[in-house]
Amino acid sequence: MTRNLPTSGSLRNHLVLTLIGGAAILALLLFFAIRNYATQVAQQGQDNILGASVTSILDAASIRDGTIEVDIPYASFSMLSTQSDDRIFYAIYQDETFLSGYPKLSLATVSGQESIFQSVKHRGKTVRLVTASRTLIGIEKRTQIRVALAQTQDALSGTLAQISRNAALFGTGFFALAALLSIWASSTTVGQLKRLTNSVTRRGPQDLSPFEKPVPSEMLPLVTSLNSLMQRLDHSLGQSEDFIAEAAHRVRTPLATVRSYAEATLQRVDKEENRQALRSMVRAIDESSRAAGQLLDHAMITFRADHLEHQNLDLVALVNELVVRLMPIAEMKDLELRFHSDAQITYSGDPVLIQNAVRNLIDNALKYSPSEGTVNILVTAAPNVHVRVCDSGNGFPSEELNTLATRFKRGKNAEGTIGSGLGLTIAMDVARAHGGNLQLSNGTEGGACALLSL
Amino acid sequence: MKYLLIEDNQELADAISSRMRLDGHVIDHAAKLEDATAFVETGEYDLILLDIMLPDGDGRSFLKEHRASHLDTPVIILTARSQVLDRIDSLDLGADDYVTKPFDHAELEARCRAVLRRNAGKSQTVIVTGGVVFDPLAGHMAVHGQSLTLRNRELRLLELLINSPGQVFSKQKLSDRLFSYDDDVSENAIEVYIGRLRKHLENSDLKITTLRGLGYRLDHDT
Amino acid sequence: MRIAIALVLWVLPQVIFAQEWEDRQLFNDHASEQKLRIISSTDTSFFTPIIKSFISKYPNVAVEYLVTGTADIDRIFRATPDAFDVVISSAMDLQLKIVNDGLARPVSNVPLPSWAQWRQSLFAFTSEPAAIVINREAFAGHPIPDTRQKLIEALRARPEIFRGRIGTYDVRKSGLGYLFATQDARASETYWRLMEVMGALDIRLYCCSGDMINDLSDGTIAVAYNVLGSYATARVESKGAIEIILPSNFPTTMMRTAMVSIDAPHFEDASAFIRHLIALQSGSEKAAFPLPPLNSKLNDVERSTIALEPALMTFLDTLKRRRFLAEWEDAVIQKQQK
Repeated sequence: MTRNLPTSGSLRNHLVLTLIGGAAILALLLFFAIRNYATQVAQQGQDNILGASVTSILDAASIRDGTIEVDIPYASFSMLSTQSDDRIFYAIYQDETFLSGYPKLSLATVSGQESIFQSVKHRGKTVRLVTASRTLIGIEKRTQIRVALAQTQDALSGTLAQISRNAALFGTGFFALAALLSIWASSTTVGQLKRLTNSVTRRGPQDLSPFEKPVPSEMLPLVTSLNSLMQRLDHSLGQSEDFIAEAAHRVRTPLATVRSYAEATLQRVDKEENRQALRSMVRAIDESSRAAGQLLDHAMITFRADHLEHQNLDLVALVNELVVRLMPIAEMKDLELRFHSDAQITYSGDPVLIQNAVRNLIDNALKYSPSEGTVNILVTAAPNVHVRVCDSGNGFPSEELNTLATRFKRGKNAEGTIGSGLGLTIAMDVARAHGGNLQLSNGTEGGACALLSL
Repeated sequence: MKYLLIEDNQELADAISSRMRLDGHVIDHAAKLEDATAFVETGEYDLILLDIMLPDGDGRSFLKEHRASHLDTPVIILTARSQVLDRIDSLDLGADDYVTKPFDHAELEARCRAVLRRNAGKSQTVIVTGGVVFDPLAGHMAVHGQSLTLRNRELRLLELLINSPGQVFSKQKLSDRLFSYDDDVSENAIEVYIGRLRKHLENSDLKITTLRGLGYRLDHDT
Repeated sequence: MRIAIALVLWVLPQVIFAQEWEDRQLFNDHASEQKLRIISSTDTSFFTPIIKSFISKYPNVAVEYLVTGTADIDRIFRATPDAFDVVISSAMDLQLKIVNDGLARPVSNVPLPSWAQWRQSLFAFTSEPAAIVINREAFAGHPIPDTRQKLIEALRARPEIFRGRIGTYDVRKSGLGYLFATQDARASETYWRLMEVMGALDIRLYCCSGDMINDLSDGTIAVAYNVLGSYATARVESKGAIEIILPSNFPTTMMRTAMVSIDAPHFEDASAFIRHLIALQSGSEKAAFPLPPLNSKLNDVERSTIALEPALMTFLDTLKRRRFLAEWEDAVIQKQQK
């Protein structure tokens, strides 16, 4: 039963991994979301300043004496100062004519009031470029002034790097917290399973009652199935026992009837050969009923031995009760049953099985003892717990001692007489189930001895 | 002794009844629990023989009710089920003993005797005849005040003869009563027990007469 | 004619290949074939102790120190950035624009606060206020003006004394002069009134601080406006004839700056020179060197130091410069000719 089942991984690990994986993805998403948002905000900030700057430059444009003048306010560039000393580039055009600034700076085509923001390459650097225009109306003509203003993004990158670092720190913190939480949550969840497992493990082999303790709702289906399985098991175990009992009944009742007929007939028949036939018939009936009984008993014992029920019992009282019960049989044959024992022997085992085993041994002894003989029964715990049953008969046939032993060692009873052999087999099986053994011997002054050690 | 037999199998019931009557007992037979309850309520019994599987219910429930109403009449259960389990059930429910079907009548008789002996004192069954005081339950007999204990087979032989004085019992009949079917005994074995009984009755007014070719008979020595 | 041709032939290469340097000196010449070339607007005398100090620390480096005007530096350097290692100038606006245009190479590990450097490329190493320098003789018996307003009043009070005896930079030629003028104009309208007064009194225009102070010392002129303090200080020590006035209402303070060329042939040596220079100028041992140190107490409100910021490029804008010079000429020259 302790065979290692193949596992499909650990539920706890699976939970932890899933939760931590989820936390990691969440942390990453958080990181990128924050960074993306921060980028937008920072870019917006830069754009705002660039826009204000370019507007102030345009505002300073005027036509004086037919000539365009652009009196760039000192503040226009001053406001572009950044922590990282970003470089600035600008160009002023009148219509398509370059007026001043950096002639290589590319302009976007603009019209109207709108400012156009672009990220472009200038002198190998990515710069944020704003282009805006203003139409001046002179005496004779309308002219368009276009101003392009660009700024490098060192400060922006610095800010972004800082924000990224903070976002990463925040994400990592979030992740660490989530990981801890997920480990805790998984342990708690798996703890519920462990508790259920423990309560299943702690149960005795006969305890098939349903689990009543409250469990989390997710585990309810499992526990319900388990309870249903146990109910079915209990039912089927009960059915097995019922079946064996029923089978015994079915076999024995007609036998009892036939036997009664035979016996009644025997009372009325005087002719010796008829009597002999009837006697044989009764004997055959007894033999087969006993065999059937023992076969069924054997089935029952095998069934019980498979899930042995340990129970503290007093072995002396148990055997004594049996002896008392068998006393009428012994008396009937004018046999003496002698019972010797320690005061009390506490033993843990299945009382039904032990009693059955001992009963079979005493039955055998009663059967093979000559009239007015003695059967000695000894129950003692020294040197080990055992029950010894000795009769005053002829003993086991010495050449069969070993055969008998090997025969029931195999647990088979394919040959020879049905009755006694199976009784010994039952005793042997019971002894084995309790970690003991059955030894057969012949006494020095005759008589057979069976030693059931437990 | 007055027995109540609760058994639904008519043939088996008849066989048990006739055998019990032979031993001088009075037998009432109930084929179902309903009848049995009626019998118990009206009459008083020394022993109840109870089958478990009955057409109108489980014998064990009858036993349970029986014990619950403080009737202490001893009960022997007749069961055809597995010995292993019924033993526990029956004895726990308050049965005094049980016999597994099919049973040897001698065994049933022995168990009845044992149970009755354990519950002795309730009814006196001592037989006094011809200077012999015979207590079949205790297995004692006394001849002119001299007491002795009989062995089981001696007891049963005497019980049979003393219950039917003057009746001739063939060797076979006596054999059938004394030995089990698996006891492989010759019919002459009965002579040993007849011999022993004669010895026990030596000083009494009872004697066992041998009728050659017919059997034995208990006579008052007048 | 021959002489004329010969003269042309002699002069031309000088113009094309050798430039017309105000001064040119070699230090530690024998140490190496490779010379660390420094182009500077600062007189050699101010820099000699610094260069010698540098050479004593780096004896394997030869230094060639070239002196020219700030506007020339801007023009020459922009044309051939690979010919120079270090650029030193007092024209902060021109210097800043060079850096903005990507012609300077950043130098790491220069211990300067952010206000004293730009893009880790342009490093300030002096703090020098623009001063009004006067000849004491001309003001004998009169109060010495300590603001621009009082100077205006003093000039108006005695025009006969000052006519033709006032000097200032010709902002069209001097980069530093232009810087001072634009910063003054930005700070206060008083500048324009002062220029108009000075223009009316036939102001003399100078290309460089040195000439102006010379004329002041020998009494040719009585007032020199916006003279570099450091140059004046050097004269004060030798002669008692002149007095340096730092206008108390809005003194304009300039920082001399240095940078390493983007194409510097000797970048490592140039970087070492910058670090050495900064260490000397911001250290406590300032007495040993003639240049004023970088004033660390710049949070003084009155001492408005010109900030190293992109706004310096404002007045370098073609249109803006054209407009400014036009106004300046209106104030200074037009009236002079009238």
